[in-house]
Amino acid sequence: MADEGNDRGPGRALVAVYAVFVLAAGSRAAVQISTKFSDAPTAYVLSALAAVVYVAATIALASRGPRAHRAAVACCSFELFGVLAVGTYSLLDSSAFPDATVWSDYGMGYLFIPLVLPVLGLLYLHRYGNPRTARGRAGA
Amino acid sequence: MIIALVVVLIVSALGLAVGSLIWAALDRPVRLGHLVAGAAVEILLLVQGVIAVIRVIGGTRPASVPTFLAYAAGSLLVLPIAVMWALEERTRWSSVVLAVAAATLAVIVLRMNIVWNTRG
Repeated sequence: MADEGNDRGPGRALVAVYAVFVLAAGSRAAVQISTKFSDAPTAYVLSALAAVVYVAATIALASRGPRAHRAAVACCSFELFGVLAVGTYSLLDSSAFPDATVWSDYGMGYLFIPLVLPVLGLLYLHRYGNPRTARGRAGA
Repeated sequence: MIIALVVVLIVSALGLAVGSLIWAALDRPVRLGHLVAGAAVEILLLVQGVIAVIRVIGGTRPASVPTFLAYAAGSLLVLPIAVMWALEERTRWSSVVLAVAAATLAVIVLRMNIVWNTRG
């Protein structure tokens, strides 16, 4: 087994939480779009977008190397932007959101984890993820 | 779903989550005891799934059978995937992974129970 598999440290827990959100956002979007898309098209398209971003972020965080690192930074940044934008939009114009997405009300329905997660992701990437400084930090 | 089994499942999943978090706080990786506990929870889930499927076939149906079955199938996958992911890590973070999975499972079982009790 490759050595790299043993020293992800907090990144491994982070990927686990992201995987949960892939499941939550993905299945929510799938059910909403397949059964009642016309009820709230804006909300459901945003649900699907959130799901896609979580999939991309999970894969990028679980991968190694500078490209994966850049991709993960991009995903987490977009995710933070998404939860802030959709959160604000859903509060200002609740008529556009007759049904919730993971990012509505800044992720309140998911214990605000969608708001905290990209921040943790970016902190992790800054501290542990940089390929030049990653060695030796995460081991316990 | 049988309410007693639901309660036992949620309590044991939360217990596993708290136990794993304490373990992580003590700076220890997942060990055999956690895996045995996880396996016990998984067996309870299987028992519940089988009972639920028998009841669905027997005519007791939630409003959305596909949603319920998706939850039931998903619930069975959470712990095995988490354990595989956790065992590649030999630090305290493997215990955090297991805690995340166990807490997620508690929420999934809670949601399953709500879906089950929603009659169309």
